[in-house]
Amino acid sequence: MKRVLIANRGEIACRVMRSCRDLGLEAVAVYSEADAEALHVALADAAEPVGGAPAKESYLVAENILTAAKRSGADAIHPGYGFLAENPRFAEAVAEAGLTWIGPRPKTIEDMGDKERARLLARSAGVPVLPGSARFGPGDTEGLDAAAADVGYPLLVKASAGGGGIGMRRVDDPADLEKVVTATQSMAEKSFGDGTVYLERLVAKARHVEIQVFGLGNGEAVHLFERDCSIQRRFQKIVEESPAPGLPAGMSDRMAEAAVALAKQERYRGAGTVEFVVDDESEDFYFLEMNTRIQVEHPVTEMTTGRDLVGMQIRLARGDDMSDLTQDTIAAEGHAIECRVYAENPAKMFLPSPGTLTRFDLPTESETVRVDTGFRNGDTITFHYDPMIAKLVCRGGDRNEAIANSLAALDAFEVEGLTTNIEFLKKTLAHDAFRAGEVHTGFVDAHKADLTEL
Amino acid sequence: MAEQVSTQVPGNVWKVLVKPGDAVKSGDTLFILEVMKTEVPHEASSDGIVSAVHIQEEQEGVDAGTLAVEIE
Repeated sequence: MKRVLIANRGEIACRVMRSCRDLGLEAVAVYSEADAEALHVALADAAEPVGGAPAKESYLVAENILTAAKRSGADAIHPGYGFLAENPRFAEAVAEAGLTWIGPRPKTIEDMGDKERARLLARSAGVPVLPGSARFGPGDTEGLDAAAADVGYPLLVKASAGGGGIGMRRVDDPADLEKVVTATQSMAEKSFGDGTVYLERLVAKARHVEIQVFGLGNGEAVHLFERDCSIQRRFQKIVEESPAPGLPAGMSDRMAEAAVALAKQERYRGAGTVEFVVDDESEDFYFLEMNTRIQVEHPVTEMTTGRDLVGMQIRLARGDDMSDLTQDTIAAEGHAIECRVYAENPAKMFLPSPGTLTRFDLPTESETVRVDTGFRNGDTITFHYDPMIAKLVCRGGDRNEAIANSLAALDAFEVEGLTTNIEFLKKTLAHDAFRAGEVHTGFVDAHKADLTEL
Repeated sequence: MAEQVSTQVPGNVWKVLVKPGDAVKSGDTLFILEVMKTEVPHEASSDGIVSAVHIQEEQEGVDAGTLAVEIE
């Protein structure tokens, strides 16, 4: 492996390039018409155009990426996250083109992408899953009441083909069940072309905690501890941290054990994340899904463990001997927090705020402050892509110090030309409930007035 | 009361939920933009009849402040 094409843009493209350089590899960027002048293009050893500004005409077109790889003489592809990262057909096509795919096996990506199959695999690895029902196809409501009684109320009616919070409805009262199921089936049919739904237990007060795993592809796997990602808006993460504050004794160990068991069972290859929902009241945890990619919040783990997760992905893919990566060699120190800086207006229900960065001064990086971004002063943040303009990751000896370092670094951001959530992030981290570690997925709604008032 | 609803931000038109002649109530969603991978619904702030729709589904790159729906 000599030349890695990075099939992505923005901060993650720049981030992957750093690890390529550290490993003595050249990096090839790809860019859409909107990104010709972007930072990731400027930083790369070579760059290839892949199509029009909308992602579906460029970053999502497998053929264009493969053509770019051939043209540039790349011998490997790193997908980053999003776009084609979890597309098993693309992963297969990369291998068929004679290139190295820096990611899990296509079969693993496919298995974990199918919610129902992923639940079955998790269960067979001994990982607790939420009580759920069999599928109910369009118009099928036979046996519904009994299934619901088994799952228990309150429950969620979920579209099998749904995702990202779309196609999900809550039912508290058995009398509403049939009506909601029928409505969700017809909505799912219209939205996803598949009207199949299932029932799942609703966790009223939930935390979202995930385990970073790394598998060698031969049945060996390790974990790199947990990340709490409970602070979300619109089912998207805003603040992530490790360790997770205030979990019941032993829970993170049990979660890590479960995640590693699943990774071993699947002979998982590379970096992956097993997501769990934690019931704040019953203190149980359940499998949500497994993400077969490097995640946005991976730097949190890098800050506490001192490991380069992207570098590990690349080394495994190029065939380095990694047999010395054993659980007893992995340790975490201190506390790390990531804040996602978004171009959006929290006071207007997080309305996206595209625009031009007329000023974009970042905090100074240090041993305890890391900033990952794909933008510079003068760059335009277009409506075509994700609103994230930077990730701030700060470490401290303990959680209080990590919060203090984060607040100081957030203060040092100078952004003009568009609206950001920086003030919102400061209010979140400074909030008494956050400081007390009282994080849950309803945090932003519960404290909305405190967080968005000017 | 006549109302003119314009786009709040630049983006692509994802869904248009009304057509001329439709009766709408304050709070009804008229159309949804797709901006930065996020759905941005635009709502009516008064009751009335839709008199004109100036955008269409899958229209790309609509500027902020574009007149989209008129209600009378």
